[in-house]
Amino acid sequence: MARPLRALTRGGRDPFLAAPWLAIALFAAPLGTGLAGTLLPAFGWLPALGGAAFGVAPWQRLLAMPELAGAVRVTLTSGVLGTLGALALAVIFVAGLHARPVFAWLRPCLLPLLAIPHLALAIGLAFLLAPSGWVARLVALPLGWDRPPDLATVNDPAGLALALGLALKEAPFLALMLLAAAGQVEAPRQLAVARSLGYGPGEAWLKVLLPQLYPQLRLPLFAVFAYSLSVVDVAIVLGPATPPPLAPLILRWLNDPDLSLRFPAAAAALLLVVLLAVSLGGWRGLERALARWLRPSLGRGAAPRCEPLLRVGGALSAVSVVGLGLLGMLALSLWSFAGRWEFPALLPEAWSTRSWSRALPLLGGPLWTTVWIAALCAVVALVLVIACVEHEALGGRRPTHRVLALAYLPLLVPQLAFLFGFAVLLAYLRLDGTALAVVWAHLVFVLPYTLLLLREPWLALDPRFARTAHALGKGELTVLVRVKLPILLRPVLIAAAIGVSVSTAQFLTTLFAGGGRVPTLATETLAMASAGDRRSAAVGGLVLALLPLVAIALATAWPRLRARRRQGLP
Amino acid sequence: MSGLRLVDVRLAAAGRPLVSGLDLLVEPGEVAALMGPSGCGKSSLLALIGGSLAPGITASGEVWLNGTRVDGLPAEKRRIGILFQDDLLFPHLSVGENLAFALPRTVARREDRRRRVEAALVEAGLAGFAERDPATLSGGQRARVAMMRALLAEPKALLLDEAFAALDTALRQSFRAFVFEHARAARLPVLMATHDPADAEAADARVLAPWAAGSAAEGERKRPDS
Repeated sequence: MARPLRALTRGGRDPFLAAPWLAIALFAAPLGTGLAGTLLPAFGWLPALGGAAFGVAPWQRLLAMPELAGAVRVTLTSGVLGTLGALALAVIFVAGLHARPVFAWLRPCLLPLLAIPHLALAIGLAFLLAPSGWVARLVALPLGWDRPPDLATVNDPAGLALALGLALKEAPFLALMLLAAAGQVEAPRQLAVARSLGYGPGEAWLKVLLPQLYPQLRLPLFAVFAYSLSVVDVAIVLGPATPPPLAPLILRWLNDPDLSLRFPAAAAALLLVVLLAVSLGGWRGLERALARWLRPSLGRGAAPRCEPLLRVGGALSAVSVVGLGLLGMLALSLWSFAGRWEFPALLPEAWSTRSWSRALPLLGGPLWTTVWIAALCAVVALVLVIACVEHEALGGRRPTHRVLALAYLPLLVPQLAFLFGFAVLLAYLRLDGTALAVVWAHLVFVLPYTLLLLREPWLALDPRFARTAHALGKGELTVLVRVKLPILLRPVLIAAAIGVSVSTAQFLTTLFAGGGRVPTLATETLAMASAGDRRSAAVGGLVLALLPLVAIALATAWPRLRARRRQGLP
Repeated sequence: MSGLRLVDVRLAAAGRPLVSGLDLLVEPGEVAALMGPSGCGKSSLLALIGGSLAPGITASGEVWLNGTRVDGLPAEKRRIGILFQDDLLFPHLSVGENLAFALPRTVARREDRRRRVEAALVEAGLAGFAERDPATLSGGQRARVAMMRALLAEPKALLLDEAFAALDTALRQSFRAFVFEHARAARLPVLMATHDPADAEAADARVLAPWAAGSAAEGERKRPDS
């Protein structure tokens, strides 16, 4: 096979050759051994616990569990509704509002909303929606209720509150992915052409851009679904308790003193993978059917009458995604400073800093742990990803970007399905329960998000900048540090901030890799929330949200400050 | 009064005037050419008329089309067709679907729609191309499809934003003839932005250069579209 032309013509060696392999090893080890470590006990093999023969006994035991059917139902309901809800909210948000002046205000809200950890947003949402929450209080005042309504508005048995929480939290992610993808096609001029042909802005977006952008949305969409299936922290805060969704149920079995429950737990983790695969297969079929059904409508001419509907839908979507997110954060702040606050009152009757002075000493250690783990993860991921995309940009063919696409795999596999086995590997390496193990486990997730955010802007950079610098006698590393990084400072810093946010938000990974011995903000906050202590949970949720928000604020402010006099920078 | 009419149109970018006080009437079937170097405001003026002015450019004045004031209308209600330098055929649609996309809903029957699309393809010398992927067409064929697409939406005026700039000389002449012939047959007022005097000569167009003093002379380089 011929050597790649660019590498041949450029002559010099590619200093980043090792990077993709290192990146792959870093996540392939946890993923591969993790999946194997789940697969074997799921079929009865776990010598440490006396399972020495293969068989289907774990499955028989799993199927005999009384909670199983309910758990599967709740998992699928919340996962499917949450994912489809997020998709609908994101599409209608962008399609309905992109041409309106208010979009200039709404768009910058998406990144902070993406950065807020799921758990913090879930606690905020629970404060709004719970029977004694703000929404109920708003209704209670005019109706004269003096007690919270006897309604399961959160933790409902069907898992609808959980689905809503997931939809609201994931919609900003999908909207940002759509907007990033739109930057790669000639979106403004295609829209201008469609509008000159009589199409309103919303209909033009749906009929012209969405079909072109959807293929790029598929990966994020599937990631959202995989995440929804195995999420534990949000499920504990918003989901039902009896039966809980599959993921919290598996966790409960794994923590059970009866060690033999680990066999059906492993089988259930594998069941998550099966559910995921079947659902994604079904979705691909549905995609094709929808495409065939909707395609003729693209040739039927403009229907300007649907425009007001889209605009209203966009407004509703903005109110729910941005509005509820901000209100949830406000509710967290109020509860963290609330003294006496009885039911129908809209505001606390007394204010107090007691929750803070009580919770902070407990959170101080975990906060420090979270900060340094997140910072380390973000930096390592950044260095690796930049080396990988440099390798790709230099025309490196081995490993190809197809192999690098494997890096997204951890986002597409339910976490529980490999964390269980990964913990076994860590124990074998005598790393279990160490902070280093937690860093490694977090990297498995920080790496793909960093890659997702950085690859596109990196490859989109005009290669002539580098060529010009080479012609001026600068080497590859000099070009990277003095030309590429300064030009791409904004996307690099944002990728780092999202890396911090992803690491901060990790609950399950921390629990498994840390063996419960590395407390972070996420684990401590969930402990406070499950203990039912609103005020402490509010403090924890707020600190948990503030850390990534500070990172995002720094990442957006610094380049802006620097670029005030350089309009050409991205 | 029929035709495309501008009354006291002013344009400025970041406080720098581009066009100050332009009055103009382009009658049905007439072609007017806006000449000037890159960055002088040609595209912005067309965007103002078509309704897709980018934020950051301030504009004032009136745009009238066949006696109706349109500058307050959204782009899709103005019935002003536009051709860019690139054909901008939608890549997810076939050639026939691109054309059907433009056909108004008032042509309701499926049979009628198909016939109109087929007729447009014949007109463009592309009979039987309906099922083709636009990416498999030559540059000249794509350009003709884009023109037919603009016409099928039954516009009342046509804007050409450097519509011939990307084609090589021979293609350019034949596509120019194709566009002007169809625009005259439909009695459309045509306003074209170009930096090539041959475009204006080919259309026998009235040539205008209404750029604010200094802006055209400087010939400031346009920033690449971001």
